[in-house]
Amino acid sequence: MIQFEHVSKSYGRSEILHDLSFTVPDGRFLVLIGPSGCGKTTTMKMINRLLDPDSGRILLDGQDVSAMNPVELRRRIGYVIQQIGLFPNMTIEQNICVVPRLLKYEKSKCGEIARELLELVGLPYDQYARKYPNELSGGQQQRIGVLRALAASPPVVLMDEPFGALDPMTRETLQDEVKKLQKKLRKTIVFVTHDMSEALRLADIILFMNGGRIEQMAPPEQMLEQPASDLVRSFLGKHKLAESAPIRAEDFMRKNPYRVSMDRGVLECAELMARSGVDTLLVTDEDDRYLGVLPIRNIRLYGRSVDSIVPLITKEMHTVRTGDDARGAMEYLMSSGDSYVVVLNGDDTVAGIITKNSMARVVADTLWGEAQQP
Amino acid sequence: MREFWTSYGPLLLRSVILHLGYVLVSVAAGFVLGLALGILLSRLPKRCSAFLLPVLSIFQTIPGIVFIGLLFLKLGMVPLTVLIALGVYATFPVLKNTYTGLSQVEPRYLEAARGCGMSPGQVLLRVELPLAMPTIIGGLRLATIYTVSWAVLASMIGLGGLGDFIYQGVASNNNLLIIAGAVPAAVMAVVLGAVLDRLQKRVVPRGLEKEVRT
Repeated sequence: MIQFEHVSKSYGRSEILHDLSFTVPDGRFLVLIGPSGCGKTTTMKMINRLLDPDSGRILLDGQDVSAMNPVELRRRIGYVIQQIGLFPNMTIEQNICVVPRLLKYEKSKCGEIARELLELVGLPYDQYARKYPNELSGGQQQRIGVLRALAASPPVVLMDEPFGALDPMTRETLQDEVKKLQKKLRKTIVFVTHDMSEALRLADIILFMNGGRIEQMAPPEQMLEQPASDLVRSFLGKHKLAESAPIRAEDFMRKNPYRVSMDRGVLECAELMARSGVDTLLVTDEDDRYLGVLPIRNIRLYGRSVDSIVPLITKEMHTVRTGDDARGAMEYLMSSGDSYVVVLNGDDTVAGIITKNSMARVVADTLWGEAQQP
Repeated sequence: MREFWTSYGPLLLRSVILHLGYVLVSVAAGFVLGLALGILLSRLPKRCSAFLLPVLSIFQTIPGIVFIGLLFLKLGMVPLTVLIALGVYATFPVLKNTYTGLSQVEPRYLEAARGCGMSPGQVLLRVELPLAMPTIIGGLRLATIYTVSWAVLASMIGLGGLGDFIYQGVASNNNLLIIAGAVPAAVMAVVLGAVLDRLQKRVVPRGLEKEVRT
């Protein structure tokens, strides 16, 4: 457990931290976030005494850290720095085993630790242990940086914007790995970032700081639901929960379905269907207003006997308006067995269609973020 | 040529050995001293080192001949005079490069080392010195090559070495003697330089090879 009690810190005249008090229970993932200069890194560095407070106390499992030898304290706390900072003169194995060796573990035990940890992140020991940091990619290097912090199995790990310099793909992979490791090994992690999506993805508790004070301290869901101030809200930005969740029919539809005007010939329509791989076309009049649909089944049955598509149009399709509650369209889609519902604008022109596919995609986007918007 | 060899051969050999002895002993002493002072200087606040380094550079510009002369007045005609003078001159490049090498170690490595729980001594031995090693060895190489040529001055105060040949040659207008002194000195400088290059390759860890500076 980490406790801050009325901690303050100034550099010269400028106050960095103002009367900061909070508690991190064991095994929790705390993310410190806020605008630059808000004191988040300073706060973190006080835990392992890279910085000392001017006043107030910091307790680690009930013990005042200022009473402990800083060197010994740091060996009990894992530390991952911003720019990776693997020692270039040491092999991967030596880097991982820095702290165990400082703690005078036996050599064989160190090797075991390195092997175990490397396997944990999917880097085979025999292939990587003897390499040097400059022979690894950035993502691999930071994995090793994390492993170095975990090597002596400290109960607490501090991470200072560890993934800031990585490309988005690698960053996400590493975030997932760290979250998994944290759950598996039950570490207490204090993680500094300025990236809200990273905070939301990783945190059990988010501590939002501004100007050396706590703006809000809450679990991610609660912060999303009730941001304490406009600043927090602006940081949350696009990560809004309930209010923007899609509910109207237009949110779920696929735009630009294939449509033809009613004066087209049967053959032409059949060809268009074959070319674009659809089994139905929407038919519109000269003002682009919706008339009905032309299913391929109708062409197959009666297509040979007529030239115009007009007699083949089915007018009884279920339609909804763009502003309608999407629930109705969904329920109809589920119960009727139709494969789509036509969505119309207010002026009867075609807006799009809702299919099970388009629905599923929107639901997925809402749950897991907008991975790829067409 | 053969005539020269029979009359001067043994003397030349003795001079080469003496010369090499001067170089090795004084460079070794200078290296230890320079390393120690360089480390010390890098521990001082930036303001102190910013003041001390230029002062040291001024000392370095005092001609060796003057310094050896002064020491000679003080200590007399003993090998120690030469060793001290050469040792002091060998100290400068090592000191300077040690200081430069240590101050060029990127702060992130120091932060990582401290954050891992290394004591100041461990940070120095396990991180800073290994990372500065290429630069430090570069200083040692420089010191060695300089000292080979400075050791010629030993003969000025009658203490032998290859300088004997050169000065005698100059005094008696005998080119052969000058060459007999100069060529072995040049060879010695090249060979010692090559040896240190090899040493540098060995002490620089594989992970640092891409960023070797001298």
